[in-house]
Amino acid sequence: MSGWIDIGALADIPVRGARVIRTPAGCVAVFRTAGDEVFALDDRCPHRGGPLSEGIVHGRSVTCPLHNRVFAFETGAAERPEEGRVATYPARIEGGRVLIDAAHLARRTAA
Amino acid sequence: MAEKLVVIGAGMASGRMLEELFATAPGAHEVTLFGAEPRGNYNRIMLSPVLSGEKTYDEIVTHDAAWYAANGVTCRFGEPVTGIDRARRVVVSATGETPYDRLVIATGSAPFIIPVPGHALPGVLTYRDLDDTEAMIAAAAKPGARAVVIGGGLLGLEAAAGLRLRGMEVTVLHLMPHLMERQLDPAAGYLLQKELETRGIRIHTRANTHEIVGRERVEAVRLDDGTEYPADIVVMAVGIRPDTGLAKAAGLACGRGLHVDDRMITSDGSILAVGECVEHRGQCYGLVAPLYEMAKVAAKTLAGEPAEYAGSVTSTKLKVTGVDLFSAGDFAEGDDREEIVFRDPARGVYKRLVIRDQRIIGAVMYGDTADGAWFFGLLKDAADIAEMRDTLIFGPAYAGGAPLDPMAAVAALPDEAEICGCNGVCKSTITEAIAGGAGSLDAVRAGTRASASCGSCTGLVEQLLAASLGDAYAAPAARPVCGCTDLTHEDVRRLIKARALKSMPAVMQECGWRTSCGCHVCRPALNYYLLADWPLDYADDPQSRFVNERNHANIQKDGTYSVVPRMWGGITTPGELRAIADAAEKFAVPTVKVTGGQRIDLLGVAKEDLPAIWADLNAAGLVSGHAYAKGLRTVKTCVGTDHCRFGTQDSTGLGVAIEKRMWGAWTPHKVKMAVSGCPRNCAEATCKDVGVICVDSGFEVGVAGAAGMDLRETEPLGKTATAAEAIELIVAFVQLYREQAKYLDRPYKWVAKVGLDWVREQVVDDLENRRALVARFDLSQRVFQKDPWAERATPETEARWRPLADLTLEAAE
Repeated sequence: MSGWIDIGALADIPVRGARVIRTPAGCVAVFRTAGDEVFALDDRCPHRGGPLSEGIVHGRSVTCPLHNRVFAFETGAAERPEEGRVATYPARIEGGRVLIDAAHLARRTAA
Repeated sequence: MAEKLVVIGAGMASGRMLEELFATAPGAHEVTLFGAEPRGNYNRIMLSPVLSGEKTYDEIVTHDAAWYAANGVTCRFGEPVTGIDRARRVVVSATGETPYDRLVIATGSAPFIIPVPGHALPGVLTYRDLDDTEAMIAAAAKPGARAVVIGGGLLGLEAAAGLRLRGMEVTVLHLMPHLMERQLDPAAGYLLQKELETRGIRIHTRANTHEIVGRERVEAVRLDDGTEYPADIVVMAVGIRPDTGLAKAAGLACGRGLHVDDRMITSDGSILAVGECVEHRGQCYGLVAPLYEMAKVAAKTLAGEPAEYAGSVTSTKLKVTGVDLFSAGDFAEGDDREEIVFRDPARGVYKRLVIRDQRIIGAVMYGDTADGAWFFGLLKDAADIAEMRDTLIFGPAYAGGAPLDPMAAVAALPDEAEICGCNGVCKSTITEAIAGGAGSLDAVRAGTRASASCGSCTGLVEQLLAASLGDAYAAPAARPVCGCTDLTHEDVRRLIKARALKSMPAVMQECGWRTSCGCHVCRPALNYYLLADWPLDYADDPQSRFVNERNHANIQKDGTYSVVPRMWGGITTPGELRAIADAAEKFAVPTVKVTGGQRIDLLGVAKEDLPAIWADLNAAGLVSGHAYAKGLRTVKTCVGTDHCRFGTQDSTGLGVAIEKRMWGAWTPHKVKMAVSGCPRNCAEATCKDVGVICVDSGFEVGVAGAAGMDLRETEPLGKTATAAEAIELIVAFVQLYREQAKYLDRPYKWVAKVGLDWVREQVVDDLENRRALVARFDLSQRVFQKDPWAERATPETEARWRPLADLTLEAAE
């Protein structure tokens, strides 16, 4: 599997919100910022498994809905003083559609 | 012999290219210029001043007949090119074929028309060329004419401002939550909207156009929510797209635009392209600066000189007289970037610089754009700003100056310097008050009114206290809402009411928020304050709510949800129980539990099943129990006089009546109630937020109980003779709590802060105030007393609860 996969319309993701995509290795959360950028991260907080897609999006980060850990979209790292990191996947917008890098997703599945 | 050069499109890009070409290689080309418009090149960006009446067409012409003649250009204006035959190197138009040695395509872009019903009606205009502008001017000549502009971007707002100046009644419809979202962040968008509204332009954001209504011609625009705006003309300004029709038909490589390389050459070596029709390194441009850069490169390429176009960084200014607005670069937030934000609420000034690796990568300015060019220069040059960072936001006047120690700065202020702009308090008034014994912020406020209004000078007043008293001054322990602001919850609530702040960007701007879109701590609080104070004006923002209130169910530790239908006063029926049992079986609910609030909890429902289970429960007449809400949860009751030998009143009936009146209301934190039919108190009313104990002579209403993290017995609020009066008292108490309390304070915490005596004065003693509170509660209920499940269990919304895509099948290969 290679190249970019079209996973849906940007309009279907709420501004400052997220939707999930289902993959063989679990769900990936696709976030949309106030500035209409998209980021894809594992939808699972390393702390207690909270679905990050249900968190409040602010700037380029999201707060886990279960225990308020904050993760940065670009790096997937938890905000200090917490530790931990979630995987990130390249995502972009083209002509109003959201694309995600299949190669990275596939690597995730293999791992 | 001169090379035969044919140019398709007589706009600004090709105009500039020809100027450059004639300067670089005079006489080397024999130029034929085709233009679809029946006129030569004019300054298209200046159409807005023509529309507003500030300029005439003649003033914006850039190349007149004399210029074309002097340069030997054969003009074929008003003659659209219909085809390009690349094999034979000719272009085809109405009068026949014109041969070329080299061809330049500069067809520009075409306005995008939303294909809603009615889009082809007469009276639907675009805003692209002089003909459009003249049509708008003609429409505005009719007295009382009304215009609807679809699109709150650069072009749409310029059209709106121009039409308004021409005397039309103008409404702007914008799909996104704030204006010019591509160029502005929400704070600047808010200031812009405020300014345009003061000019009499109506702005409707989040407006989804449903239909353009009219028989012979345009009569109105109808939105998805049913709102209708009458219109004599409708201006579509939702965007442009590169006009690549000719190029595609000729088989040239196109993406969104016509592909060119760094020398502006298309996939055919003898054809160049410039302007808005071009796609260069994946980028299309709609602003003039990049077009001019392309024009210069294309001219050099034609003249045989080396030149490369490397793409452009663009900046935007809105050309509406009196509106100062500037934006450039990338202004999204990010982990790798920092921002410097300056807000001066009184002057309506907002400046924001986005910095990465000590370089400016984005700038947004509103109200004072004098330094825009300087910042833009630093941005384009990727200049290192580390040295001047501390004073950078103040512009070149301070650049390089030594950073100031704030204490030294305030100490150095002259005595007559104004500290508090709202109340006109100068420094000496404050220092004299401090010398006279005012040793705290509150004392200074009480004595001088400094910082008592908008509060933005609080920091300065505290510095004066510290400078005057030294170590004797201990800064107050007031807890700000979060890291985005120094204001407390109480400050923010007061300002929202006092200044009629009705949107989140309005609060963040006027209260000087340090971040551009808040955080998970302040946003839910602000969302609550706004909807509680302005139920008719504020649109609830689901993205500023915690997961449970957004999904209308309680998230569990494994990511599934619990579903709790309402059982009014704990009363149910066999039919309801059957529907609950059926739903539990149908959706394989793993746990069914009776709650402490006298209802039934279905635990372990998958998110995507929520709309379907709600629909089934709705069909049996069950609605959301708001078991997830900062709002009214349950009203627990005992059976009262209906069955109980000790019952003194109809406690069940009163509980049901309270729940029916108050369900759906949002509150600062959850509210649990109970009604017991006698002092034996089987409904445990004495540890609830509001609890009623029925006695022979009436109803004892107690408030501020708790049985969670803290254990408190209710305190008596008042006693009433009738059930109806008890309900009024409870409603007034809850409304006072809704209006006054800090977000996430339960009633017992709030009452402890304000004192029960004060609460009694408001709702027991002052009957007029009680009635006013009840009226405000009922008004809010008209907006919010709707079953959220029924609103969401529809085919249109249920897709949002499912995954956006399912890749498990494809990836399994």
